[in-house]
Amino acid sequence: MPITLTVNGSPRSFDGDPEMPLLWYLRDELGLTGTKYGCGAGLCGSCTVHRDGNAVRSCQTPMKALAGGQIITIEGLSPDGSHPVQQAWMKANVPQCGYCQAGQIMQAVAFLRTTPKPSDQQIDTAMSGNICRCGTYQRIREAMKSVADGGRA
Amino acid sequence: MRRAKGLGLRAEGMIENVTRRHFLGGVFSAGAFVLAARVMPDELFAQAPAARSLLSQVEKSALRPSIYLGIEPDGTVYIVTHRSEMGTGIRTTLPIIAADELDADWSKVKIEQGIGDARYGDQNTDGSKSIRDFYDAFRLAGASARTMLVSAAAAQWGVPVSECTARIHEVVHGPSNRRLGYGALATAAGKLPVPSAAQVRLKTKNEWRFIGKDFPAYDLSDIVAGKAMFGMDAKREGMLYASIEHPPVLGAKVRSINDAQALKVPGVRQTATIDAYKPPLMFQPVGGVAVLGDSTWAVMQGRRRLTVDWDLGPNASFESEAFKKELIATVHQPQKVVRAVGNVDAEFAKGGKTVEATYYTPLLAHASMEPPVAVADFRDNKVTIWASVQNPQATQDTVAAALGINKDDVTVHVTLLGGGFGRKSKPDFAAEAAVLSKKAGKPVKVVWTREDDLKFDFYHSTAAVYHKAVLDGSGKPSAWLARSAFPPIASTFEHGARYALDLENGMGLVDLPYELANHQVENGPANAHVRIGWFRAVANNYHVFASGSFVDELARAAGRDSLEYLLELIGPGRVIDLKPQLKGADYWNYGAPLDKYPIDSRRLRHVLEVAGEQSGWGKRKAGGGWGMGVSAHRSFNTYVASVVEVEVDKTGRVRVPRVVQVFDAGLVVNPAAAKQQFEGAAVMGVGLAMLGEISAAGGRVQQTNFNNFQVARMNSAPVRVDVHQVDTDNPPSGIGEPGVPPIIPALANAIFAATGKRVRDLPIGKTKLI
Repeated sequence: MPITLTVNGSPRSFDGDPEMPLLWYLRDELGLTGTKYGCGAGLCGSCTVHRDGNAVRSCQTPMKALAGGQIITIEGLSPDGSHPVQQAWMKANVPQCGYCQAGQIMQAVAFLRTTPKPSDQQIDTAMSGNICRCGTYQRIREAMKSVADGGRA
Repeated sequence: MRRAKGLGLRAEGMIENVTRRHFLGGVFSAGAFVLAARVMPDELFAQAPAARSLLSQVEKSALRPSIYLGIEPDGTVYIVTHRSEMGTGIRTTLPIIAADELDADWSKVKIEQGIGDARYGDQNTDGSKSIRDFYDAFRLAGASARTMLVSAAAAQWGVPVSECTARIHEVVHGPSNRRLGYGALATAAGKLPVPSAAQVRLKTKNEWRFIGKDFPAYDLSDIVAGKAMFGMDAKREGMLYASIEHPPVLGAKVRSINDAQALKVPGVRQTATIDAYKPPLMFQPVGGVAVLGDSTWAVMQGRRRLTVDWDLGPNASFESEAFKKELIATVHQPQKVVRAVGNVDAEFAKGGKTVEATYYTPLLAHASMEPPVAVADFRDNKVTIWASVQNPQATQDTVAAALGINKDDVTVHVTLLGGGFGRKSKPDFAAEAAVLSKKAGKPVKVVWTREDDLKFDFYHSTAAVYHKAVLDGSGKPSAWLARSAFPPIASTFEHGARYALDLENGMGLVDLPYELANHQVENGPANAHVRIGWFRAVANNYHVFASGSFVDELARAAGRDSLEYLLELIGPGRVIDLKPQLKGADYWNYGAPLDKYPIDSRRLRHVLEVAGEQSGWGKRKAGGGWGMGVSAHRSFNTYVASVVEVEVDKTGRVRVPRVVQVFDAGLVVNPAAAKQQFEGAAVMGVGLAMLGEISAAGGRVQQTNFNNFQVARMNSAPVRVDVHQVDTDNPPSGIGEPGVPPIIPALANAIFAATGKRVRDLPIGKTKLI
């Protein structure tokens, strides 16, 4: 039985290894390479996507768990990088190498949806599963607060 | 003509119109213009690239007075960045320089990533020297193009050149106010001889529109949209994926392989061996057994089912705990003298207040968020590589050696790098992909897992450093002995090398800028049992952790304020000449000429003074779990002072509410990017000092992933890093690395101020503070 799901609004059907993590389906099969591999163990957050609106680690989400799921990746967040969180990221000039930033943005978007006016402490807790080796954390916090304050780029 | 000493490169002012020489193959659109500002050995420039069919957009442009810059008749300006983008902003910052001198409209500038090509000059994006070494060449490229465009316009109008000026992508004739766009002029300008450097007027500082202004990264919008292409994202039609089981101990050799179960995994196509390296290591693959197949997941699964029996070899005896004791024993014995002034032994014999301390730092992994990854396509005895590498020319060399083909038959495309920090200047992973592509007869993508990345790195070395000083009546050291031991980077290039290179000694060991009548520095031997490489700021990190902590220990022994004491130790403002004091060693000065980049204590004093003001140093009494620490260091020709503030709670947990970073890097081309680098350096410095450790047992690295190799996360990073740029008229110096070293002792000193606990072993997290 193929697994049916939607990815960025498009219906998809998958009949490969049901144990395969969503990460590799997105990257190797659909060519959605904005979602990144960082650790393969749910420890770094680089592969974060939305499943039914919640942030999940795609490297820890097997395809078999996704029947009927609605997946949004960084490519599906906005057609042109115009999502307020993406705009805030640009305004705060967050990225250095940029590799982890899709995961950071997806984590931030899902969090701000449920916690629109977060405290610093709440931001730290929500974002500490996402590693940035370049060390852009203070700008991530700044960008998130600007969104929370209703700031648009 | 200027010579960049020590690099074997010539930054040559003379620029040639390469169109005329048909040197670049003439594939540029008819009438294009490419400016070849030459920062490369003449002999390389003179080589006709017969084997090369791949031309850059610059080489194809109508007006091309430099290999870095071309202008097409539609007005598009192509600028090549030949250095790798790993987060420092260099891909944006170098082009800014040329575009400013050209007086270009930035929206009409397209940046092209240079392939590995010796004609670009040095491409090893390493050592924080891209701007330092290429600032002049990029200025000249832009200014030469502008000069030619102005000449072409003047000729077209039949007016004197002196009546024409360049003004934002067009040339204006003052008296008549006639205008011609750069695009309209490109073809005619491309037919003119390239002016000599003497004929080119560089802009004055007040004419700059881009240099010194904040520029966001060229790739910023692509990055936030998930469209930026990293090595991990490279793909070729019909490509196989590969995951490689590497030798668990450095130098282990395959005894037998059972791949039967691996081959049963759906999607796995084949296995293939990669030969073990032949000493010296260089950047060769370490060897191993690869599983190849149709998806990353399939080959990772196949690899789990692979059984390899290894002959572990002599490095199986490596135990990092025992090795730590060896290093410490080494620095407690007299060793090879590398710097000496006065007579420390005589002074120590006189007695007095003596302070001694031994510092230790473990191995560290780079752990860039993107693990090593490369795609190779081998066909017809040539290979094309797409990889996130810091050094595409070394990649050509390494791949060519691995395949036994010519360097010219290796084309290396550099993608964006998901972090580098020194790891990706060693292209072993690209050679693995090339070897496998040849064996499989298909394009192959090698993806290292995080486990591979942590276990088979070219590690930041582990070090022990011993300091001893005797204080005079005023509390100043009348004699100071420093002694280090660490497996050197040389071990990667010369099998069995045990002593530090001048390069390593020159990073915070022999170059302490203190005014000392009696000072001796020694370096002892240490064997490498893992691959040793360079990590952001290199030997500065362990040397300066030790010396910067020791200065604080001396200040406290003398009953003095740490910052005041440090300023006194640095002494009066002066240019310091180390050469007479160095024994059997040379001071390399980060590859920069000493006349242009001397060691100037005035600049170090100044950043310290600013850091004191900006941090509110001395305004609040330390203790009770709160404190500040300070350190300052010159590295990569840049002067940095760091003040770290800590809070240590009752459980001993350390929080860093604020870091102040003050730097003097001379001219800063892109302050926005520099600020990001100094922020990130503080985060990395705090992270590695608190948490970072690679250990080994039975020769096997014990860390596997981010659960046991800890790096700074948002909840352990400094909450706020305030960066202050000190503007001086000095030439540009390093930005990416120098922000790290002083952070480490400043943190340890802050913890002492807060808790009274002196931590001399990293990571600090292993010490119970309360």
